[in-house]
Amino acid sequence: MTAISKYFHAVVTGPVSLLKGMSVTLRYFFNPKKIVTEQYPENKATLKMHERFRGRVELIHNEQNLHTCTACGICEKNCPNNSINVLSTKNIAGKKVLGKYLYRLDSCTQCGFCVESCPFGCLRMAHDFERSSADKQSFNMTLNKTEGQG
Amino acid sequence: MTFGIPNLIGDLVREYSPWPWLALGVNVILAVTAVLAVGIGSAPILIYMERKVCAHVQCRLGPMRLGWHGILQTIADVTKLLFKEVYSPKGVDKIVYYLAPMISLTAPFFTLALIPFGEQWQVINLEFAVPAIIAINGLGLFAILLGGWASNNKYSLLSALRSGALMISYEISFAMIMLFVIMISGSASLNEIIATQSGTVLDWWIFKLPVLGFVAFVMFMCVSTAELNRAPFDIAEAEQELTAGFHTEYTGTAFAMFYLTEYINLIAASALGSIFFLGGWQAPLVGIESVDKILLGIPGLVWMFAKIYFLIFLYMMFRWTWLRPRIDQLMSFEWKFLLPLSLILLGLGALFTAMGWVL
Repeated sequence: MTAISKYFHAVVTGPVSLLKGMSVTLRYFFNPKKIVTEQYPENKATLKMHERFRGRVELIHNEQNLHTCTACGICEKNCPNNSINVLSTKNIAGKKVLGKYLYRLDSCTQCGFCVESCPFGCLRMAHDFERSSADKQSFNMTLNKTEGQG
Repeated sequence: MTFGIPNLIGDLVREYSPWPWLALGVNVILAVTAVLAVGIGSAPILIYMERKVCAHVQCRLGPMRLGWHGILQTIADVTKLLFKEVYSPKGVDKIVYYLAPMISLTAPFFTLALIPFGEQWQVINLEFAVPAIIAINGLGLFAILLGGWASNNKYSLLSALRSGALMISYEISFAMIMLFVIMISGSASLNEIIATQSGTVLDWWIFKLPVLGFVAFVMFMCVSTAELNRAPFDIAEAEQELTAGFHTEYTGTAFAMFYLTEYINLIAASALGSIFFLGGWQAPLVGIESVDKILLGIPGLVWMFAKIYFLIFLYMMFRWTWLRPRIDQLMSFEWKFLLPLSLILLGLGALFTAMGWVL
């Protein structure tokens, strides 16, 4: 393509591409439904986090407060910053069951490796995010609600 | 010295007061107050509008907390700016450093004084208003150059030089478009230019001259964006490269003056655009008598500001849609595209008016 034809090509295609951009921004401007801003403290009651949001780690309990953790310890091995300690005990039948699932939120980076690696799918990332606290002890949590179950 | 537009208070003083010469002083004070009211009064509105437009273009909400939908946010920001300390960095030329924002604020106020906002709403009725505006425009550039040079900051200087090159280049096309308007309307007075567009919507210069009017309007918008130093031509304050360009070192009131200049310039440029191409303060009559009666009932001042704000909205959409080219691309755009086009436009405009090919 010669320089002259390139010049006239740009003269024609330039305004077209500019108008394309304008159509996008005008569509956004006149369509308030596209707004993604959350008015956070005001909309606390109706705020819904996204499906894949990663808050703290949670052990899934059913209605009878039972979980499916077998204390295999894979999540503990996969945790990059040692936020998880799975302490196992033996039940009456001599079987290895979960004693205490210790979880430290202050060192957790919410990477989600534990959830990914759990072979029984008994972990998930909770959707609560207002976790700041002045009390350091409140970050050390025991995730299972009953001891020695399973 | 006489004022083109008579006003009631000045006339009353001249007629009934024991000192008729006082009318001159009263008129000057009234003129200054009017210009300041339009300029400073609309700057907070424009800043708020810019924030909201920018936010909605980017799928955000913008200021929401202070007052209803953040309406008091600008007032809070302006108050903050006014109470901030004004200081100058080490090694600056103090006189020039503090002179630059004042000069920059002078230019748009000059332009505002020339603009008729309605039938009776004008400070000075100049016969040669358009050349005067071209001359005044140079003052804004002067302020940017002074501010950038006096800041003792290499990035500010760089920005000032860049915007100097840019604005001088685009001023040529700006003058050409204005010459085009003078040529087709046959007068350099803004009131006369408005008078030539009386009639229906089709009598505005944007439609009256087939195709050429619209091309000239688009070019005017393009060139005046460059004159305003707004994106996509905001090479003077390219944030990514030069932080804030020529006003990096300014704080408090001095910075507020530069900021105010930007928005008053916006009003002045939009007012010029609406006078040149959209019929000024005239109502957009459609030619149907019953509708026209209602449209004529609305005062010209309202129509003028409606047109000004429409053009300002366009400028804001430009700013938040398009990206900034490099300085060399901008220069080649001006010298290789806009200037030849404006010369061709001037020639074709002469041909059209000579042959009477006007709607």
